[in-house]
Amino acid sequence: MPEGRVIGIPRRRVDGRAKVTGQTRFADDLAFPRMAYCRLLRSPHPHARIVRIDTTRAAEHPGVLLVLTGDDFPIPYGILPVSQDEHALCRDKVRFVGDPVAAVVARDELAAIEAVDLIEVEYERLRTIADPIESLEHPEPRIHEYGDEGNIHKKVSLAFGDVEQALGEADQVFEDTFFYQGNTHLPIEQHAAVGLKDPDGKLVLYSSTQTPHYVHRALAKALEMPAAHIRVVATPNGGGFGGKSDPFNHEVVVAKAALLLDRPVKISLTREEVFYCHRGRHPVLMKFRTGVKKDGTITGVHLQTLLDGGAYGSYGVASTFYTGALQTVTYHIPAYHFQGCRAFTNKPPCGPKRGHGTPQSRFGQEVQLDKIADALSLDPADLRLRIVEHPDTLTANYLRVGTIGLAECINRVTVAANWKARFRKLPRGRGLGLACSSYLSGAGLPIYWNDMPHSGVQLKLDRSGGVTAFCGATEIGQGSDDVLVGCIAEILGIDPFDIRAVTGDTDLTPVDLGSYSSRVTLMMGNAAIQAAERARDILAQAVSRKLDVPAARLVFADRRVFDAEDPARGVSFQDAVCLAETAFGTLGTTGSYTPPKSAAKFKGGGVGPSPTYSYTAAIVEVDVDETTGWVTVPRVWIAHDIGRALNPTLVRGQVEGSVYMGLGEALMEEQAFRRLPARLSSALVHKFPSLLEYKSPTSLDMPEVFTELVENPDPAGPFGAKEVGQGPLLPIMPALANAVYDAVGVRIDEVPITPDKIVKALDAAREGKPARYGPASFPTVPWPEPLQVPPPWAGGDGHATNEPPRKSRRAARTADQPETVVRT
Amino acid sequence: MASQPGGRAQTHLACVVNGDPVDITCAGYKTLLEVLREDLGLTGTKHGCELGECGACAVLVDGEPVLSCLALAVECSGRAITTVEGLTRDGRLDPLQEAFADLGAAQCGYCTPGILLTARALLDRVERPTRDDIREALSGNLCRCTGYQQIFEAVESACGHAQPTLRRAQRGPEPVEGPRTSACGSREAPEGSEAEPSRRARAHGGGAPCAVNNAGRGDHA
Amino acid sequence: MMRLPEFRYCAARSIEEAAAVLAESPADTMLLAGGTDVLPNMKRRQQVPRTVVGLRGIPALGAQHNGNGLVLGAGVTLTHIVRDPNIRAHYPGLWQAAAQIATPHLRNMGTIGGNLCLDTRCTYYDQNYEWRKAIDFCLKKDGAVCWVATSSPRCLAVSSTDTAPALIALRARVRLVSANSVREVDVTDLYQNDGIQYSVRRADEILTEIALPPSDGWRSTYWKLRRRGSFDFPVLSVAGAVRLDPSGGVTDARIVLGAVASRPMEAREAASTLVGRPLSDEAIAEAAEQAFAVAKPMDNTDFTLHWRKRVSRAFVTYALRELRGDDMRDERVKTARQAMG
Ligand SMILES: Cc1cc2nc3c(=O)[nH]c(=O)nc-3n(C[C@H](O)[C@H](O)[C@H](O)COP(=O)(O)OP(=O)(O)OC[C@H]3O[C@@H](n4cnc5c(N)ncnc54)[C@H](O)[C@@H]3O)c2cc1C
Ligand code: SF4
Ligand code: FES
Ligand code: FES
Repeated sequence: MPEGRVIGIPRRRVDGRAKVTGQTRFADDLAFPRMAYCRLLRSPHPHARIVRIDTTRAAEHPGVLLVLTGDDFPIPYGILPVSQDEHALCRDKVRFVGDPVAAVVARDELAAIEAVDLIEVEYERLRTIADPIESLEHPEPRIHEYGDEGNIHKKVSLAFGDVEQALGEADQVFEDTFFYQGNTHLPIEQHAAVGLKDPDGKLVLYSSTQTPHYVHRALAKALEMPAAHIRVVATPNGGGFGGKSDPFNHEVVVAKAALLLDRPVKISLTREEVFYCHRGRHPVLMKFRTGVKKDGTITGVHLQTLLDGGAYGSYGVASTFYTGALQTVTYHIPAYHFQGCRAFTNKPPCGPKRGHGTPQSRFGQEVQLDKIADALSLDPADLRLRIVEHPDTLTANYLRVGTIGLAECINRVTVAANWKARFRKLPRGRGLGLACSSYLSGAGLPIYWNDMPHSGVQLKLDRSGGVTAFCGATEIGQGSDDVLVGCIAEILGIDPFDIRAVTGDTDLTPVDLGSYSSRVTLMMGNAAIQAAERARDILAQAVSRKLDVPAARLVFADRRVFDAEDPARGVSFQDAVCLAETAFGTLGTTGSYTPPKSAAKFKGGGVGPSPTYSYTAAIVEVDVDETTGWVTVPRVWIAHDIGRALNPTLVRGQVEGSVYMGLGEALMEEQAFRRLPARLSSALVHKFPSLLEYKSPTSLDMPEVFTELVENPDPAGPFGAKEVGQGPLLPIMPALANAVYDAVGVRIDEVPITPDKIVKALDAAREGKPARYGPASFPTVPWPEPLQVPPPWAGGDGHATNEPPRKSRRAARTADQPETVVRT
Repeated sequence: MASQPGGRAQTHLACVVNGDPVDITCAGYKTLLEVLREDLGLTGTKHGCELGECGACAVLVDGEPVLSCLALAVECSGRAITTVEGLTRDGRLDPLQEAFADLGAAQCGYCTPGILLTARALLDRVERPTRDDIREALSGNLCRCTGYQQIFEAVESACGHAQPTLRRAQRGPEPVEGPRTSACGSREAPEGSEAEPSRRARAHGGGAPCAVNNAGRGDHA
Repeated sequence: MMRLPEFRYCAARSIEEAAAVLAESPADTMLLAGGTDVLPNMKRRQQVPRTVVGLRGIPALGAQHNGNGLVLGAGVTLTHIVRDPNIRAHYPGLWQAAAQIATPHLRNMGTIGGNLCLDTRCTYYDQNYEWRKAIDFCLKKDGAVCWVATSSPRCLAVSSTDTAPALIALRARVRLVSANSVREVDVTDLYQNDGIQYSVRRADEILTEIALPPSDGWRSTYWKLRRRGSFDFPVLSVAGAVRLDPSGGVTDARIVLGAVASRPMEAREAASTLVGRPLSDEAIAEAAEQAFAVAKPMDNTDFTLHWRKRVSRAFVTYALRELRGDDMRDERVKTARQAMG
């Protein structure tokens, strides 16, 4: 690994100064002359038909400028082309408590708050569907008129090889059911947006969004405007974690209001409303049947998942596939059958949260492996080392994995935690648990089908010696601006602070699909490298002429361009730019990145492929009080296969932040709902939509974390880098569950692992019942006929053998409405 | 900024904000948070709940960290208020700000102003706080990004504790802002800062030419 | 952003002035001390006073006297209490209670008087206006039913003040002053078991000071159960105080449970079990069992009620063991995330 000058060195991030001086301008920090404020009226009913809305009194309230209702928003939108099921304001139906039905714009926010309460809405209540079991039992009334059937949004079934046969060949088959409760992102910044007309009369929307490009598309569609007349600026996000990745009602509403009023309109959501935006972790009930040989090798896995999707589609189809996508990239699984089902319920929509769809089944798989190791009297670390998937493999479900540093990760954490000496040997009440994981470095396919680049970077260089880098990527705290600038600085031999980053602005920057699926470092990084290399080549040509040194011998370093054989001979970087500008005219280069084509050709194979995967192993230590079930976590060891750490300070921050969020999910976070007694009320409300009662760990609750970075550059990544934003979260929940077992001998097959559950499991053990707390069974789901996809080693080519012919891509692209084409 | 529709009761506020005397009329229902952000344009102070449940809005009132979302503006008359904008003095960042920027203590940066001010008050009271002191003092500031560890390290570093695990960050050629002093007195420039010659020397000494520096580039178009 | 409703603000400069304003229209006037309870409640429209009387400018409320015992003005901040070495040494139960309230910032703002007058809490009630509208409100405010127990004629909201149980165990008294009356009551008599009428303080009265008797050999302690190391209100608390004779026998004892009813609950039987015996493991176990019977948590806080009830036994045990002199720092660090010692 060549030592970089910028890359690989812990560095102050380029936006560090802005952040510590309070100068970073978040969406709600923006203010414009004549700015008005918007507030949404949200449904108090979980499921009801809107009979009548009377806005007269609200419109007459002092200070009110505009009142909007569903009639003003006839066109639906949604993040996935297959789920265009949202309206900015509900039109004839509300689907959860918090669904917006009207909007008031007023001169000040208090007036808008007052006026919203003056809107009268008459509802006709409908039966409420509270969870997926009810969705399965009650196809009527339907929450949506689309979807696979009744209140089932999506069902999938994919068979890679003959799993029943594989299970038959096993020495032992383990069957376990798990439940993973939903939870939410909880960025400290509440969503905010400002809509306005620019002096040309075009629409501008500033928003705390992770995906300005998708918001841009949604606005164009919902407002029936040419996208070229809309500018979306993603302000730096005060945390996102996936929660700001959908186009949201409030964004569409303030955009429309600004157009109608011809004045800036701001909305700044309350914390309660952020809970209603949600798009967080799906609650998932799951069942694993895993066949193993005596030595622990897996013969086959059958996984069933049931997702509680909430009231809208959001990313749900993708989430469903994700619950079954990544099992195969960690451990070798010769035969695999995945069945997933997502139900609509009358609750805020679920979507992508850090780890999108994969933490739930990762929890199940890793806890089950711990049970398997226990039953086979194997050390769980040894068991995993035995079954780790091989590098450069095509898995049973046609995911092409590149470098795999998982074994190294396991070795590092077991050494750091002194595992061999302590596991199963600590005094009762103390325990260690191990778990592993893997995650995508960017989704291989875009959200809507197209062949264009996933990330684009433009560079402008001029005689000042300054470089400006333009990219649509969005800074959400992860450090994307720093990655962009760092890659370019490394190649041009200048300092990161010589470069200005202009990001997340659909007017100014080339498209980047957004800050989701851990795609930015890899995709934007590669695009940035390409743009920078092209710039370097242009400069090198000009300098080569001037110095009469072959271009290939020129070194770009320390703000100079010089002869590698005679470093004294050279020009300053600024002079190099002047020479090139003189020789070639105005300078600019571009770079773009498109992921490699996926090997998966079957329907549904679009979810899971990635240019490369990151790997993580973690050991959690717990202290469990047997009387109260109280769990304390004194220490966590974690090793992450990052490929290459571009800025180790930031990488470590992502790892520790993931551990933090993972511990929150493992121990206390819960997006829970409350139904009131049916004879008195039809309410189904979020139990505690507040920062006080939704429990996010404080500085006092955070254990010591020991982080190890495993660096083995991956050819697919920029300078070898892989993702780090999401993967390190995944092993925390199962490692904690496994540690609880080590400590007190009970299995908590459910997240969060709260003290009352531990006490119940301990009670059960005392009464001679299974020492376990968790779901009893998996319901009967009318699964579709599986798509049969023979694995590569069974002669498969990535196609399903029984798939009905699909519309060809070419036909799809020329169709009138490309949005209706399904690529998930 | 927010114009008042007719009839809203107004109140008068005279106080000192970041050393500047302030004398304004604002809506009577407003909290200090709203006045700072909306009437004074000091948007460095953030908010995540407006109910006292996150700490993002923390400012110093007469040197003590308080939540501006739960302080009536009218009750702040005569008091001295410090916001994140007031931490920077004479063009120099507070040592805490330097350390936070260097050591990854600000990820999204949204909780950062509240944490910086809270940490400032701690260091003003306790010269060399222990890790436990820091944990306790910051226990009213939720951070959703960092897991707090780099925040603890930054606070420790700002008052001269031992170096954190990773090499001290390089800070880039930001205009030199004079010798940096911390609450605990001056200290030497960190490794890798512009004051440290070795980095320059290393670069001059010719690292690998950039042409071979893109070993990891993918096979993209 | 959450915004306050409009109100009339009146800055009182003396107790008399505050009492006079309060007397004008007690039902729609509220006192504002630190504001850390009133202002969130106003933003959520749980409390919508027409007039707010600021107490901050009344010097008498911020005073503290150490004489025969300790007198704290109602306006003394929680931080002040936490930083006072005398309180820490002589009234550790009060110190531990104050030190575990909310967060450092809120303790800088919040007062002891406000803490004693803190509104009762309930997960059906401490919600935004819009949320409460979705459940058609409840008995405590604007509604007709108690959702915690739909047949209950009274509100079961939870007493969530941390200092009250500690002060009851220490037999503190408070002074209540109105425009035309002054009275003193034991802290224990300040409360009644009703989520709405949780205090006997009349709407026109101001709580001006809290008087603690001399610590005189009393040992005291406070244990608080909550999910996280800070922010969270108690979902169970145990305040204990004992006096021991030279041989270690208990001469007097008090055990008070917080956050299991609409008022702090004294476990008198449990306390009297201890009297005349040393704090042996058996005595502690018996007392814990009796206190357990007193704890009747409802399903309106964080955690399940069965589990909270169950933990009450363990927490009474911890509290009594600490009073015996056991080193309980491990348990403290685990449950409170801090040694509290
Ligand atoms: C996020 C959060 C967490 C919290 N956690 C805790 C906790 O863990 N434990 C806990 O006990 N509290 C907690 N609190 C509540 C509160 O911060 C404290 O109880 C604080 O002590 C209240 O004091 P204050 O001066 O701010 O009260 P205020 O809000 O000013 O007043 C509270 C009530 O008392 C009345 N009042 C105030 N002073 C007087 C007086 N002198 N005479 C008569 N009536 C008066 C007011 O009218 C009001 O009804 C929390 C609050 C928040 C926002
Ligand atoms: S206990 Fe019952 S009446 Fe009281 S606040 Fe809760 S739900 Fe309302
Ligand atoms: S905004 Fe959350 S505490 Fe003030
Ligand atoms: S850095 Fe994002 S919340 Fe703390």
